[in-house]
Amino acid sequence: MAILAVEDLCVTVQDQVVLSHCNLELPEGIWHALMGKNGMGKSSLVRTIAGHPSYTVTSGTIYLRNEDITHLPPEERARRGLFLSYQNPVEIPGVSVATFLRTALDAQGKHLPIKAFYEHLNQSLDTVGLDRSFASRAINVDFSGGEKKRCEMLQILILQPSVILLDEIDSGLDIDAIQTIAHCLPQASGLIITHQKKFLDLIQPEKIHIMEHGTITRSGGITLLDTLEHQGYAGLEER
Amino acid sequence: MKDENHDFHYEVDYIHNAGTGLNEDTIRYISQAKNEPQWLLDFRLHALRVFQKLPMPTWIPPIDFDNIQYYLSPQKQTQRSWDDVPEEVKNTFDRLGIPERERKFLAGVEAQFDSETAYARLQEFLTKDGVIFVDSNTGLQQYPDIFRPYFASLVPVEDNKFSALNSAVFSGGSFIYVPPGEKLKQPLQAYFRINAQRFGQFERTLIIVDHDAELLYMEGCTAPTFESAALHSAVVEVIALPGAKVQYITVQNWSSNVFNLVTKRSTAHANAEIRWIDCNIGSRITAKYPAILLAGERARGEILSIALATDNQVQDTGAKMIHRANSTTSNIVSKSVSKHHGLATYRGLVDIAPNLQGCRNRTRCDALLIDTDSRSDTYPRITITGDQNQVEHEASVSKVDEERLLYLRQRGLDEHQSTSLCVNGFVNDLIREFPLEYSVELRRLIDAVV
Repeated sequence: MAILAVEDLCVTVQDQVVLSHCNLELPEGIWHALMGKNGMGKSSLVRTIAGHPSYTVTSGTIYLRNEDITHLPPEERARRGLFLSYQNPVEIPGVSVATFLRTALDAQGKHLPIKAFYEHLNQSLDTVGLDRSFASRAINVDFSGGEKKRCEMLQILILQPSVILLDEIDSGLDIDAIQTIAHCLPQASGLIITHQKKFLDLIQPEKIHIMEHGTITRSGGITLLDTLEHQGYAGLEER
Repeated sequence: MKDENHDFHYEVDYIHNAGTGLNEDTIRYISQAKNEPQWLLDFRLHALRVFQKLPMPTWIPPIDFDNIQYYLSPQKQTQRSWDDVPEEVKNTFDRLGIPERERKFLAGVEAQFDSETAYARLQEFLTKDGVIFVDSNTGLQQYPDIFRPYFASLVPVEDNKFSALNSAVFSGGSFIYVPPGEKLKQPLQAYFRINAQRFGQFERTLIIVDHDAELLYMEGCTAPTFESAALHSAVVEVIALPGAKVQYITVQNWSSNVFNLVTKRSTAHANAEIRWIDCNIGSRITAKYPAILLAGERARGEILSIALATDNQVQDTGAKMIHRANSTTSNIVSKSVSKHHGLATYRGLVDIAPNLQGCRNRTRCDALLIDTDSRSDTYPRITITGDQNQVEHEASVSKVDEERLLYLRQRGLDEHQSTSLCVNGFVNDLIREFPLEYSVELRRLIDAVV
């Protein structure tokens, strides 16, 4: 059974079509990858799934565990276990990582007593390779690109979502950081947007979807990667 | 702001009532009720004439001065024991948590109910050490040698229309004297409560901190929400003698029909340090620009302010730093949050006299707009001559932008929680300057406003 399903989804942003009759099914406990050239609608798809208000669903349906979430506000989707990691994580001045995570846990009905929370937080900081002092730093403010991405991973470890959408979490990272991130990914279901084969080699997604002009045109096993590697997206198109 | 914890009032029998409207008879009534010396009556009458002559500031909406009650007192004298405070007054301060705070962490407390101080008490060992903490009328009667030379020395009657008004009808407020070398470990607190409708509260506070002494003074203000407007117009003068350290903390949360027009000035002598920490949440209109005159070498001044302007409120606040000695330094940080047609204005003045050297000022003004209906204005004025001094001014206006809120919402926070977290983050570094007991309350108030 699919934990996340997108059916015939059509989406516009300021009257521009960004998704057109898009379909996708993500089985429980499985990672899939979403690939394609820039501007083909990969980010639009995950942002629409997460409930970004700039993306207007004109037709089609999004299901999370068979529940229609197409018109739920983003926080309701998060509370149901959906997590979108940002390509460019947003800075929130004056709000510490710890405060943010505690508030988010409470908002998701996953309250932890303060001591348990800090133990969990410190452990998770160690796991993602951030110094413990990051707990009291303002979210993403003056973080390097890599630290921002590690901080997204930290949020995943603390909030423990069941469906994870990663929008180029590996972009701009060195191989060590990519390895850490791949190593941290929990047992969950997820969709990874990436351009890098070496990241996918680490994750070993069960399926790869190729997106073109707002819809998924091809899906296949990890072998699709080899075609991509040798012939690029053009090679796929010719077939 | 509307806050159910503060929005209540009691029917009270007033022993003294100067009636509605303002003329010489009002002044004579007040002066007689207080049994004041002739010089003070003369001072008040002179102030009344100045008040009547001065024009209204153009940016303040008209106030019907004939429709205000200027003096209301429910008791004959200030009490030193809660048991002797009239029942309704006691209930009021009980509900506001004043006695509880006194027990917990205060060195002394003064509670003013309408015109008069209902209760004032200072811990006994401090009295023995020579610390004075009484209402200002008691101060001028019992300690004229200290009181009179400083009284109206920083805020002259003629300064502005509202300093003249206060000088004419003032009642209550604190008089504090801290003797040389005495460093108070715990804060002194004053609490100002307006209970009556169409009432004007005009407290007068005079604080003198002698050589190398230290004081932390806090004031809080609330009033119930009435249909008609109330007026609060205080004058505060703070003198830090050489080496003294003073912190003056205000949490202003008047209800949304109070006009809050306050004049606050201070002088820091050589090596002295003065900090004004000011949080304006309530009132219909607030006009308040604490000033520090840096009169002695190496004096330091700091003014930190937070203003929240929501629902057509006007928070017109600012800071003035007047450098008049070498090597004086000052720091101004102002943060304002506007929402729902709120207008937050910062007016600053930094003035470094010619021929001085080694003076430094740093000013930082940040404004946060929560929606597109609100406004924030900044009017910095910097007067500096010569090149031996250093002035820095930074200002920013930002919006709580969609992307920021969305990021938080995608982690499960609803819209209100997300906005509140952003606003709390924005003022966080200033909130930390308040004592813990207050910062918790402040966060709660900010949460309720945004």
